[in-house]
Order: sequence, then C-alpha cells, then structure tokens
Amino acid sequence: MPEQFKMILKHADSAGYTPDMACYLRHGGYESLKKALATPARTLPDGKTQSPQEVVRDEVLKSGLRGRGGAGFSAGLKWSFVDRRSGKPIYLICNADESEPGTFKDRQIIYKDPHQLVEGMIISCWANDVKLAYIYIRGEMPNGAKLLNQALKDARANGFLGKNILGTGYDLEIYVHRGAGAYICGEETGLIESLEGKRAYPRIKPPYFPAVLGLYMCPTIVNNVETLCHVRHIVAMGSGEYAKLGTPNNTGTRIVSLSGDVQKPGYFEIEVGKVTIGQLIFDANFGGGLKPGRTLKAIIPGGSSSKVLKAGEVFKLNRKGADGQMTKVDVPLLDLPYDFDSLQGAGTMSGSGAIIVMDDTRSMVDSLANLSAFYAHESCGQCTPCREGALWLAKGLHRLEHGEGRKEDADYLTHIAQNIQGRTICAFGEAASWPVLSFVKKFRDEFEARGAADEAARASGAGPTPERKLAASPQP
Amino acid sequence: MSFSVPPTLEAELDELATHYPQKRSASLMFLHAFQEHFGHVPREAVEWTARKLGLQPINVYELVTFYPMFRQQPVGKTHIKVCRTLSCALAGSAELREHFCQKLGLDSHKHTPQTTADGKFTVEFVECLASCGTAPVVMVNDDLLEKVTVTEADRVLASGKK
Repeated sequence: MPEQFKMILKHADSAGYTPDMACYLRHGGYESLKKALATPARTLPDGKTQSPQEVVRDEVLKSGLRGRGGAGFSAGLKWSFVDRRSGKPIYLICNADESEPGTFKDRQIIYKDPHQLVEGMIISCWANDVKLAYIYIRGEMPNGAKLLNQALKDARANGFLGKNILGTGYDLEIYVHRGAGAYICGEETGLIESLEGKRAYPRIKPPYFPAVLGLYMCPTIVNNVETLCHVRHIVAMGSGEYAKLGTPNNTGTRIVSLSGDVQKPGYFEIEVGKVTIGQLIFDANFGGGLKPGRTLKAIIPGGSSSKVLKAGEVFKLNRKGADGQMTKVDVPLLDLPYDFDSLQGAGTMSGSGAIIVMDDTRSMVDSLANLSAFYAHESCGQCTPCREGALWLAKGLHRLEHGEGRKEDADYLTHIAQNIQGRTICAFGEAASWPVLSFVKKFRDEFEARGAADEAARASGAGPTPERKLAASPQP
Repeated sequence: MSFSVPPTLEAELDELATHYPQKRSASLMFLHAFQEHFGHVPREAVEWTARKLGLQPINVYELVTFYPMFRQQPVGKTHIKVCRTLSCALAGSAELREHFCQKLGLDSHKHTPQTTADGKFTVEFVECLASCGTAPVVMVNDDLLEKVTVTEADRVLASGKK
C-alpha cells in the first residue's frame, strides 16, 4: 500500500514541534542556507565557469521542480527568464495568498513550520541576487502573518537575514505584506499590482512578464510557498537525489489537499505520480474511502478551477512502452497517477494539488452553482467578458438552484462560458469557465432534467420548486 | 467623534512605510492597521493615508471598496465569518450560517454582513478560508475554528454575549 512521503511536512505534525527558531535549529534548520552560501564556483566541461549563485540556480533547474501554486511550470526555467542585465533591482515575492477553493497546504507550512519557508526564500533570493523580498500572505491569515513576522525577526537576530548574512557580505530584507480578501491576488501580476498599493487588476502579458517588468517595473520572481520550501531540500540533497523522488518530469513530493465526501479529509504529502487518485480517496493511509453506503460521483482534481472528472471515466494517456515507443493506454479515473502530466492528459490539471470529492448524494447543479457564485464574487472586474459573464453564469445557476430553471439553461451556460475563456487578460476567465464547461458537458442530463422539471412545475401551476440544499444539516 | 491618529499608531505606520521603495505600496498595510485600531476604516483614515503617502484620496478609497476585508462601518464585537465555498458547503456551512442567524435574530436570506442591534455580533458569509480539510470552518475575529458543530457555534454565541 502506498504511503505518504514526508519531506516538506517531515516535522510539522510531529509531537512537540513548534514554529520557533530554537525548535527549527534543533531539526537541522538553516543548514541548507549555510550549504548554499558555501557553494563553490564550478567549471563546466566546455570551459565556462558558473558562479556559486548560478550553480544553485542550475541545481533547481536540474531538479525538475515544477511550481506548486497551480501552473506547474518549471521553477528553474522561471528563474532563468529573469532579466539580469537591466541594472534594475531584482525582487522575489512569495505567493502565500492561498485561496484556490479546496487548497490548504501552504497554511500547514506557514502555521507549523514558518522557518522552512523563510530558509527556502533566503536561499532563493541569494541565488537570484535579490536584496528585497516580500511574503504576500492572504488577509484571512492574520495569525500566520504574525508567525512569519516573528520568524523573520528571529532570522535577523540569528544573522540569517538582514545585513551581511552569516558574514558573507550578502544583504537581504524580507517583509510580510497582507492581502485583504481578494482571490485575484493569487494571480501573480494581480499580486504585484496589489503589492504596489493598487487594486489587484492583473497585467497583460506581453509585455508585463514579471521576470522582466514586475514589481515597480523591475524583474520579479513570484513563487508559491511550497515551491520555495522545495529549494531548501534541493540544496540539501542535490538535484540528482531530488530528481529521483517522484516520477520523470514530475519530480519531488507535493502536498495534496483532500476535502469533500471522504472519511478522512486532510493533507497528504506524496511522491508526485507515485500514488493514484483512487488510492488518495480510498486507501486507509489517505482519504479512507467514502462515507458508508455512498458511491463516487465526481472529483475536482486540482482546485476549483480545474475541470471536473466523472466517476467511471477512462482516459487515453501516452505511455512509454518497454521498447521506448509511445503508445496510447486506457487509464480509468481511479488509476490516474496524481501528477502534473497525467492530469493534463486527462484533460484537466493538478493545479494547486487540491482534490474535492463528491459522492452520489450531491447535485452537480447545486455544486456548480456554489462554485460559480465564488467566481462571480471574485472577478476583479477589469475585463468585460469576465466581469459580466461570471455574473451571468452565477445568475443562471442561481435560477436552476432555486426552482426557476429552463430546459435551455445547459446550452445557455455553455455559450456564456465559451465566450469568457480566452477573452480576458488573465487566466481567471478560464478558471470561471472551465468548471461550467466541464460540469455541463459531463453531467448534461442532470442540468437538463432540472430545467425540465422546473418548467413542468411552472406549467402545472404548482409554483416555484423549493430551494435545493447542497448538504444535510451540520453536525449537532 | 473627531479623528486623530495616536502617536503609537503613527509610529507603527511610519515603520511600515519604510518596508517599501515606493510609498504607495504601504497603503494596504495602513488600512489594515487603521481597521485593527478603529474596528473599521473611517473616511478620515483614507484621507490621512492619502496625505501621508502622497496620493489622491481616491487612490486609497478605491482599495477600501475593492478588497472585501475592508469595511467602512463598524462591525459587532464578535465577527463571525462562515466559509461559503464548496467544501464547506458540502459539510453544511449554509445551514451553519442559518443557525447563527436564527439564534441572533438576523435574516439569513440577506447576503450582506449583518450586525445585531446591540452591536455584539456580525455574521458574514465569506469565500474559501483555505482550510477545506476541516470543513465547515468559521473565523471568529482573528481565530479559525475548524469542523464547527452546532454545539461549537452555540459556544461562540454564549461567549460573545458576555
């Protein structure tokens, strides 16, 4: 039976582990920073030399680390895009605006092991010649912000942060910046605008790629909390050892957030791709199965913006055979390895690593209505298709939820969603559309039946159907 | 009530402004500090922030209206934020909010934050609080309560009434 592989969360939940400096130091804290700062320059086979910072950047690239925030883009490549010749300062921002529905992994790191993040950040800043960095934490984590501020203060007092870090002559300052409840701040250019003291309206790319024109129009790196923690471990074990974790092109570990209709919701750190979706839901080591007497209906595999997967679906994935040839193989939903590429192959994404499970007692219409209300609330309002469309989607679904549906609503919702995606400055347009497109496509009968039933009730003069409930009563 | 910024708060704000190469960046943190101090962001705090950071009042005011956490009116002493989004909804958060509203005599059909007449409680529906594994979750002022049951909800109400 597969098990968790705890690297980032190795200590966080162990008895007696506290988020303070003394405890972190007792568990080998800041040793990776010392190792990184002592990295020697190296000469490559072609005669070129790499500075110590270049060596560490190269290590991160070779490790295969992919961003844990949502896009799954190579962290090393992202760093390589940074404009180092402009003469402008380079900034690094830790994206701790964890707010993708279903996701609660960064919270574990921030609240239980904040120094791990701080150490990962200092190494990443040093490797990228950053002198000033920020942790952008969501406003709803006030206690988390306090813990991080304390961690930074203690890091300064111990010489890991501030002027002349560990006697190397390297200066770095990190500050905590609090958001104030806007989901769009998780989008990196929106986050940058917010950090500049403005409304979090995302910037259009091109030209505003953060690596070139980021914070204050300077080159900027934005990395997720979990991603930055991995840097510490890559330095500690070396890229070669790190890349042995997980599966090819999906290296390392990642923390999966599991919620919804399972016996044991929670967060589980796994080697990427070594555990299947079925195991995450049903194994005793993970979700522990569904509630008694229920069957699986659907899962949202990578945060609420990812396309829904229906129980019983079978996907055609590319697999490399023993002869090295790529062939198409049928993979049922529950056998899908939980990694970036398999989920992409299944037409969805592993996003922020958050799985929401829904069993046969749940209405897909009402579940989608809940999500669309979220996106309508969170659209920043900058682009018309999203500002208006997200609201129309929510209104259409609200109608279906409240007994005022129509038969053509399935087509209506699809039509609106298709006219949002691809027509906005940032990926929020897709985030709002994809759930609608996938729910309606895969559960069309449910949407049509709801609309037809409402029409029939109106025609018979029975009046509006009473409001449906997504859940039973709360626990007594 | 006349508006004044106590010296300790001003010192805190001055220190915050040093964190940024461009002063405007400090505006969100200023608003947080004001809201913590006054319980909400008064109009005068917006104007004060604008003067301090060399901005037009609209540059600050548009933040107050954009970011859901900032409020222009006071809220109850016990501010109850119930998570509305999917994982919590699957675990009964809508019903939980209804329970809070019922017990406090508030209208659960209104979707805006509602405050009791005695100013002791505000009940609000908020979007995902990033703790979906322990749904349903509720924030009571700065603290997160997890796997909130009806009994727990009643405890929150009892301690807020004191």
